[in-house]
Amino acid sequence: MYSGGQLDEEKVFKDPVHRYIHVRDKVIWDLIGTKEFQRLRRIKQLGTTYLTFHGAEHSRFNHSLGVYEIIRRIIDDVFVGRDHWDHSERLLCLCAALLHDLGHGPFSHSFEKVFRLDHEDFTQAIILGDTEVNAALREVGDDFPQKVAEVIAKTYPNKLVVSLISSQIDADRMDYLLRDAYYTGVSYGYFDMERILRVMRPREDQVVIKRSGMHAVEDYIMSRYQMYWQVYFHPVTRSAEVILTKILHRAKKLYEEGYRFQTKPVHFLSFFAGNVPLGDYLALDEAVILFYFQQWQYERDPILSDLCQRFVRRRLFKYTEFHPTNEQMAKLIELTGLFKKAGIDPDYYLVVDSSSDLPYDFYRPGEEGERLPIYLLMPNGELRELSRESVLVDAISGKRRTDHKLYFPADFLEDLSTKRTVKKKIMEILKG
Amino acid sequence: MLTEHAKVMKALAAAGEIAGRKKLQKMIYIAKKLDFPFYEKFDFHFYGPYSEELTCRIEELCALGFLHEVKEKKSGYMQYRYTLTEAGEQFLRHYDWDMPGLAECMQAMNEQNARFLELVSTVLYFEHLPKDEVKEKIAVLKSKQRYTEEEIEEAYAYIDALRNRCHNKTRV
Repeated sequence: MYSGGQLDEEKVFKDPVHRYIHVRDKVIWDLIGTKEFQRLRRIKQLGTTYLTFHGAEHSRFNHSLGVYEIIRRIIDDVFVGRDHWDHSERLLCLCAALLHDLGHGPFSHSFEKVFRLDHEDFTQAIILGDTEVNAALREVGDDFPQKVAEVIAKTYPNKLVVSLISSQIDADRMDYLLRDAYYTGVSYGYFDMERILRVMRPREDQVVIKRSGMHAVEDYIMSRYQMYWQVYFHPVTRSAEVILTKILHRAKKLYEEGYRFQTKPVHFLSFFAGNVPLGDYLALDEAVILFYFQQWQYERDPILSDLCQRFVRRRLFKYTEFHPTNEQMAKLIELTGLFKKAGIDPDYYLVVDSSSDLPYDFYRPGEEGERLPIYLLMPNGELRELSRESVLVDAISGKRRTDHKLYFPADFLEDLSTKRTVKKKIMEILKG
Repeated sequence: MLTEHAKVMKALAAAGEIAGRKKLQKMIYIAKKLDFPFYEKFDFHFYGPYSEELTCRIEELCALGFLHEVKEKKSGYMQYRYTLTEAGEQFLRHYDWDMPGLAECMQAMNEQNARFLELVSTVLYFEHLPKDEVKEKIAVLKSKQRYTEEEIEEAYAYIDALRNRCHNKTRV
């Protein structure tokens, strides 16, 4: 049994969202000091959002500490001594909370799409592999890394423990909503987290919320809804993401065609080959990626050079609403042909982006057996799904919430002075 | 463009009608595990592999009028049924590629019930583990479903049969 337990004195981190993050357990302190965890300082929490909201420079490091702190407060202040809660799972929960995003890569959403990777596989590999994180976890017990990996993979037998880290109202979502609102400077991401924590109750398989706390949860659901539209799904952020994705596609294609780079994509080679060792993955952070983008602005390939200039200098694509009905699809096909005629490669410069392309979601009650909704604990002990009790949640969860946009380089189109007919046709279609 | 949407629609076109979101989720997951090129990200949830991305995609396809969704009340809960609409069929004509073997596979899965497909998808989720460990995982993680030893063996046999059926497919 782990006896190294507690630090001689409590350590605290100042935090703008939770004020203080308290660390008393030695393993938590050791994990924070590992090189794999410190790497998270160099991965932004919100990827390209800083190009829209300049304050959004916060990292996965901040967020991971925040999730840990929320879990610590739930366990130490609310759950301790209650039915269904097994306090011997405390350290496991804290470690899983701290490490839940460990495998995220730079601009991970775009990266995963282009290279068909999953950051959760790398989280598992870091926790179970020959790493400093694994060594720190083994101090607790030989099987402890495996248990932490299972909680994060949501395959740990104690589902209550899993639901604290990952559910419709978990510590992860609560921290990122508050943190992202704080750093972007928007005013609509806030909700009364202290109140929600106070009304959380452990049940056999999941965390439930006392009925008296329903209004605090409504506020959380509304925040999630607002943040989705105002921050996560902001069209300018998506434009930057579209360009980033196209840069990675272009670099990969050029490499496969034997193009001679002036700045060779040394750090990307295993990603292009589709076989990424953990060491290569950990070596690639956002500083490295931005170095390449900076250099590739001066490559001979006009597409790679242009896309990198757009990203570095924030010369983003413009967009128009695009509802891909059959009529619109016919126009899109026509537009693709016109772009080719104009000498603009539609594979890189004409992009449809949809709401399902994003890693964020709304609250959906769903159907039986789909995934677990938020349950309210009624005074008589019965559990009721949130939208059945809350008129407000019912109103927003029953609506269709989808969006598609068409991205294109408006400046290129403006410059088509020698191809006036083509330009006119393109502009007519884009303006609807 | 919108290729991933089109793939989901091809799957639905092949299956005919799919009753239940859970069933739809498991069918696409199983198809993905059989190497059909679906790229939606799946995580392990309470009821087995689940993709939020796929849920959003289905919602988009319904909003565009390409899928028809019928909500019906089952004993104490809601269930959703999905079919491809005429507009959806027309949309698919923009995509001239095919996923050979997918139609047969989807039709075969659609004949099974959601409970069995949940088991099959769970076996596939843990297929990197030895069979005994998979059985143990199912016993622990799916204790409420009370899957029997016979059902698990049946799931393994079913996966083999599906794999044989889809053996000669090509990729998009």
